[in-house]
Amino acid sequence: MTSLKELAAAPQLLAPGHRMCAGCGAPIVIRQLLAVARAPVVVGCATGCLEVATSIYPYTSWRCSFIHSAFENVAATMSGVEAAYRSLRRRGRLPDAPDFRFVAVGGDGGTYDIGLQSLSGMLERGHRIVYVCYDNGAYMNTGIQRSSATPRGADTTTTPTGRASAGKSQPRKDLLAIVAAHNIPYAAQASPSHWRDLAVKAEKAFAADGPAFLNVLAPCPRGWRYDTAQTIELTRLAVETCFWPLLEVDHGVWRITYRPKEQRPLVDFLKVQGRFKHLFSDQNANVLEQLQREVDQAWQVIEARCAIPRVAAERNDML
Amino acid sequence: MGQRVALTGNEAVAIAMRQVNPDVVAAYPITPQTDIVQYFSSFVADGLLDTEFVTVESEHSAMSATIGAAAAGARAMTATSANGLALMWEVLYIAAGDRLPIVMTVVNRALAAPLNIHCDHSDAMGARDSGWVQLWSEDAQEAYDNLLQAIRIAEHPDVRLPVMVCLDGFIISHALLNLEVFTDDDARRFVGPPRGAGWSLLDAERPVTIGALDLYDFYFEHKRQQAEAMRAAVRVISDVAAEFAETSGRGYGLFNAYRLDGAETAIVVLGSAAGTARYVVDQLRAGAGSEGPRKVGLLKPRVFRPFPAREIARALSHLKAVAILDRADSFSAAGGPLFAEVRSALYSLAEAAPPAEAAPAATGSPSGGIASGRLPVAVNFIYGLGGRDLDPEHVTAVFDRLSEIARTGEPGQPVDYLGVRE
Amino acid sequence: MTAHVRAGAGWREIPPGGLILAPGNSALYETGDWRTFRPVWYPDRCIHCLFCWAFCPDAAILVRDGKVTGVDYRYCKGCGICARECPDKARALEMTREVT
Repeated sequence: MTSLKELAAAPQLLAPGHRMCAGCGAPIVIRQLLAVARAPVVVGCATGCLEVATSIYPYTSWRCSFIHSAFENVAATMSGVEAAYRSLRRRGRLPDAPDFRFVAVGGDGGTYDIGLQSLSGMLERGHRIVYVCYDNGAYMNTGIQRSSATPRGADTTTTPTGRASAGKSQPRKDLLAIVAAHNIPYAAQASPSHWRDLAVKAEKAFAADGPAFLNVLAPCPRGWRYDTAQTIELTRLAVETCFWPLLEVDHGVWRITYRPKEQRPLVDFLKVQGRFKHLFSDQNANVLEQLQREVDQAWQVIEARCAIPRVAAERNDML
Repeated sequence: MGQRVALTGNEAVAIAMRQVNPDVVAAYPITPQTDIVQYFSSFVADGLLDTEFVTVESEHSAMSATIGAAAAGARAMTATSANGLALMWEVLYIAAGDRLPIVMTVVNRALAAPLNIHCDHSDAMGARDSGWVQLWSEDAQEAYDNLLQAIRIAEHPDVRLPVMVCLDGFIISHALLNLEVFTDDDARRFVGPPRGAGWSLLDAERPVTIGALDLYDFYFEHKRQQAEAMRAAVRVISDVAAEFAETSGRGYGLFNAYRLDGAETAIVVLGSAAGTARYVVDQLRAGAGSEGPRKVGLLKPRVFRPFPAREIARALSHLKAVAILDRADSFSAAGGPLFAEVRSALYSLAEAAPPAEAAPAATGSPSGGIASGRLPVAVNFIYGLGGRDLDPEHVTAVFDRLSEIARTGEPGQPVDYLGVRE
Repeated sequence: MTAHVRAGAGWREIPPGGLILAPGNSALYETGDWRTFRPVWYPDRCIHCLFCWAFCPDAAILVRDGKVTGVDYRYCKGCGICARECPDKARALEMTREVT
């Protein structure tokens, strides 16, 4: 069983001195994730906050090998790295090489939107890569523009609130379901607040014999507009309000890995964040109701998915 | 010695790739490159080679995966055409900026819109600023030969730049030619084992970061390095060609000068149209037509990037007039890309040494060209866009125009079109 | 740190293509001067749950043999997550104004 003591003893692959904002959720996610990786890793990262802030020439925060190529292609880039590893290994050109694990990291921008195609390709081809999305719900590195991961009602610079707008008008995309539809060995949703749940999922992802996917909530103090100290608290609230369910899809079988003892009202999560402040005015009460309804409905759908019997898993084995 | 076989351009490329036996190939099909990918797939399926073949879901991903593979120390190759090349545009610059020795075949096809699957050079010309070395092939033999040399050029420590080998879509890619290929052993010996740069993502002892963010304090220095590598490529290309000649008996330079000695006018043209032009040069030299034997010649560039400006200018310096044929219009409203580069190169002759010392091998008429203190008059013809054929009659018309210019000294219209209906 | 590139280096001196050969050399860039608040750690109150370690974005909580040994003020940006997440029964970290 993983303990923080064990994780703290692991090599720290993300060095301090990176330039992410104080309180940023992304490096917390990466630190927790990489502490679980037992094998040496090669990390690829899509353009975004994490990549930019950890590799400002001549500095790098990566103590492992790291590649960045463009915004929409980390999954394709790492597919090439993984293919090279297989090829060189097979040809005897890497006699002393360890059993590497390949990690592709992208923000929600580089994953839900511009990177969705290359992610889908990587998943479909079955590369043995762990894809990690640090979801901060907008294109944060370019200054808080909406992505398809931005929650409905959020104020961003491209969905600003105004006399004629209550923020983003569309709901979030269900990326976990999209990924699960690729029939990969393992996909999960996690939160850094629930570090043990995240660690267990990361272990499963690293052990998967094929593509694995982790979607991890990573609050952004600037974009979500809250006091920097509350990053972990916010992820905890996200989980307890069922805004961010902790799930896994293991060989096609859906499972809720953490059930809040009591579902807290969504407003507990929203009211802490400046990006939802406008929703608390009278004229936007209907949006608040809609958001709560959507969270509840999404949970119902998850319960239904979890109820699909093991036949689904067996069918996957036969494929 | 080699083996004589009848192959299409695409088959020749696929066979060259098989002989290279790259570690990774990541490619996406697009007409008229598709055969290459298909032949390669069948080689893998038949166990003729164990290349890791990644069937990516787009050309952008093809180049991205190739970058990842090359950064992981693999010898990585790909191929594409037209809009596929255009789709990977940003990643081309990244491959060059990361200094990765990727080799890609570009089967030249027109860029949309309108959609067109036939040959022109707009695709590779659109990538001329990307930092890739560009080798242009007149026929399937050259495509095969260029591909093998490309590996050596790309991986050379003084270069370490990606290389694209161009061949005309359909005209070369799909037409049979009797050519000579190396034995597998000779090919393997010439290409040699992959030559790394001493770093790799898969070196657990020495982790690296590649693809960092440069602010304004370092970007310029990295680009300056790239410029230097491109300059060094001129020499490396010639060195590799010399070595290639030892095994093949076929010589390659930066360009091919055909009957330029003693010529008064000449055509400069890339790719398969050089074959048509050569035929017409021979006809006119032999006295076909009303004017009697004409002193005409041909210059076919092989290397477009780096652009051998000095060498091409010197080779053309003795001419009275030269027509540069472009199978792409860069829509500059002032002519095509090859025209712009050749004419710019010619301009340096005006700044060069006094006329008498200008062209060592020039034996042109004393009343023309740089020897008489005049730059060759250069005009541009756009031809062959979207697969429009270039006929010998078109080439003859170009030489007629050049004769007129040589006679009167008047350039006339600097940019004209061959074969378009008015 | 080996192979670190110095500011003002010319193009001939630096590795080609933006390659960085000094893994983790961001440790040379001390972000501690960003902060306006700093955490103060009280070792006698600490229960060594290591939550602060797990939740620090900057790896600025020092741990040895499973026990917290202090805060790495070279990098700590003063976000306050550690103090916030320290369990109520311990309250071993408190934020205070940074002294300049």
